Amino acid sequence: MTNFPDRLKALHASRRTPDRVAVYLQSSGREDLPITYDQLLRGANAFASTLDHESIKPGEVVILILQHGEDLIYAFWGAILHGAIPSIMPFLTEKLSPERYRADLSALVSVTKPAAIITYSEFAGEVQMALKEGDSVRSVITTDQLEQQTNLGFDALAGFSRGPEDIVLLQHSSGTTGLQKGVALSHQAVFNQLDAYGQSLSLNEKDVIVSWLPLYHDMGLIAGFIMPVLSGVPLVLMSPFDWVRAPYRLMQSVSKYRGTLMWLPNFAYNFSAQKIRDRHIEGVDLSTLRAIINCSEPVRWESHQAFYERFKAFGLKLEALQTSYAMAENVFSVTQSRLGSVPVVDEIDREAFMVERVAKSPFEGRPSMKMMSSGRPIANVKVKIINEQGRELPERSIGEIALQSDCMLNGYYNRLDLSEKAFLDGWYLTGDYGYISNGEVFVSGRKKDMIIVGGKNVYPQDLEMLTHEIPGVHAGRSVAFGMFDEIQGTEEVVIIAEVDSEDADEQQKIADAIRLHVTKNSAIALRYVKVVSPKWILKTSSGKTARSANKEKFLKELEENK
Amino acid sequence: MTEPIISAIEAYIATQVLKQPSRRIAPDESLISSGLIDSFSLMDLALFVEDAFGVRIEDTELNANTFDTLTQLASLIESRKK
Repeated sequence: MTNFPDRLKALHASRRTPDRVAVYLQSSGREDLPITYDQLLRGANAFASTLDHESIKPGEVVILILQHGEDLIYAFWGAILHGAIPSIMPFLTEKLSPERYRADLSALVSVTKPAAIITYSEFAGEVQMALKEGDSVRSVITTDQLEQQTNLGFDALAGFSRGPEDIVLLQHSSGTTGLQKGVALSHQAVFNQLDAYGQSLSLNEKDVIVSWLPLYHDMGLIAGFIMPVLSGVPLVLMSPFDWVRAPYRLMQSVSKYRGTLMWLPNFAYNFSAQKIRDRHIEGVDLSTLRAIINCSEPVRWESHQAFYERFKAFGLKLEALQTSYAMAENVFSVTQSRLGSVPVVDEIDREAFMVERVAKSPFEGRPSMKMMSSGRPIANVKVKIINEQGRELPERSIGEIALQSDCMLNGYYNRLDLSEKAFLDGWYLTGDYGYISNGEVFVSGRKKDMIIVGGKNVYPQDLEMLTHEIPGVHAGRSVAFGMFDEIQGTEEVVIIAEVDSEDADEQQKIADAIRLHVTKNSAIALRYVKVVSPKWILKTSSGKTARSANKEKFLKELEENK
Repeated sequence: MTEPIISAIEAYIATQVLKQPSRRIAPDESLISSGLIDSFSLMDLALFVEDAFGVRIEDTELNANTFDTLTQLASLIESRKK
C-alpha cells in the first residue's frame, strides 16, 4: 500500500466495503445523506477526470474553495485520485469582507502556485478577481462543468503512480501569515501517523467517528475525515456552522449513530456544557462514546469536569474524556492519553512554575494549579524538552517541546526558508512550552505569540496590521494578544490601540471602527477593544511592541477597575 | 411596547458580549452582518431571549435574515409573545 489511491481501491475491492457507508453527511433542515465507498469513489472520479481534462498534472496543487458538504468531499478525493495535491481554503463567510478574502487568496496563490482552483460557478467570478495575468492558475473549475463518468476505471487514474514520499496534501492555518505556510504531507507520513495513532486509539471496525470540525484544520481533516475514510470507519459529519448554532445536534448524532469517538477543542466542552438545554437532548444516549479527545487548544481539567457533570446523566462515562497534543506538522497527533482511564492531573506550585520554570508539588498554603496531561507520545513519536540553547532538560523542567517522528511534514510548501528554521539537529521545534513527568507530556504555554481562539490559530501581527489601517491609529501603536477566559474555556482576543485624541466619544468611534474592520477582515470576534491615549503602549528598548508586557498592564487595569 | 425589550437586549449585549457596559447600541445598528455579534455570542443571545422573554428562536433562525437590529429582534419577540 504505497499511496492513498491504493488504500481507497483496496477498501473498495474488499468484499463488503463498496456498499458500506463511508460518510453520513448531515446538514440542518435536510435528511442525512449516506455516502458509500462506491459513491465516494464515483463522485471523486468525476473530479479526477475533470482535472485530467483540464490538463492539470499529477503533483500540481489544486485549491478547493467549497462549502462543507458533498462537493468538497468528492473534490478532495478526486484531486488525490488524479495525483494532484489538494489544499482546502475556507469558504467566504458573510462576516468576512470579500476584499480581504481576495487578498488572502492572492497571497495563497502567490506562495503555493496552484495549477487549478475548484469552486462553484456562482463563486468563480470572485475567484477570478483574485487572480492576475501570468500567475500559476491555468484553470478555475466549477462544480457544474464536471466530466460525467459512468465507469470507475481505476487504471486510467494518475494518482496510482504517486510514490509514498510524494506530497499528498497541503494544510494551511488561517490568516495572512498562516496562508503563506502550507504544511506539505506525504502519503507515507499520513500512513505512519494513522498506523501509530490508530494503535493508540485501538481503532477498529466497530468504531463510529462523529465530527463537526472544519476540513481545512488538521483536527478535522485528519481525525475527522482522512483517518475514518482510509481506515474503513464510518464518519458522521456535520457542518461547523450548524454545530455552533445548535451544539445539541452533536449529542443527537452520537446517540443516533452510536458514535464511539470524537475530537473537540477545549472551548467546545464549555460551550456544550453551558448552552445545551435538556429539551434538545431528551432520551439521548452518550454511553457508546469510548473517547472524546480534547485537542488543538490548551486542555483544561475544569472544562472536562464541567462537561462530565452536564452529560453524565446521559450515559457519558468519565473515562471517555481524553486528551491529545497534536499539530499539522506531525500530520496530527503527537501524544494521546491512555484510553480507558482518565488523563493524569498534576497539581503544581504556581510560583515555582512561573518563576523557576519547574513543575513542583504544591506547598501547603501556597497557590497551586492543576495541569492536565496530554498523554504519552504515540508509538512513532519521540518528545523531549529543551532549553533556549537546545539542550535537553530533565523531567519536570519547563522548556520548549521538540519532537521527532516518521510522520513529519515534507516541508512548508515552497518555503524552504521556514522549513529549515523549524528544525534543530533533526528535531522539530514546536514553539510550545511544556514538561514531561513519568512519560506524560504536559503542555503549559506557547513561545510564539500565536493566539488560539476556539481552536483556530490567529497571528497577532495580522490583527495589528489590520488595526493600523484604521484612520487615527498610528502604525506600530497597537498590540493584539489572547487572554484566557475561564468561562469560555478558550482565549479571547484583545486589541489595544493608541490614538492622539483624548476625547472619549472620538475614542469610542475608533474602537467601533477597529472592531468592525478586524472582524470583517479576519473572521475573528474581538472581545476587548481598548483605545488609549499616547504613551500607554509599552515598547522594548529596541522599539518593538512587547505583547506580554502590554498584556500584563491590561490585565492589571482590568483587575483594578472591577 | 418594544422599548423595554430593546433596552434589556442592549444592556445584555453591551455588558455580556462587548464587555463595554457604557456602550450604546442604536436600535437600527446592524448586529450580525456587521460582525458586532459573533456566532458563539449569537447562541448566547438566543438563550438570553428565551430566558428573559419566554420566546424561542430556533437555531436555523440565527442569521441576519431573521433579525439584524435591536428593533427587528424586539418585534420578532413581540410577535411571538402573543
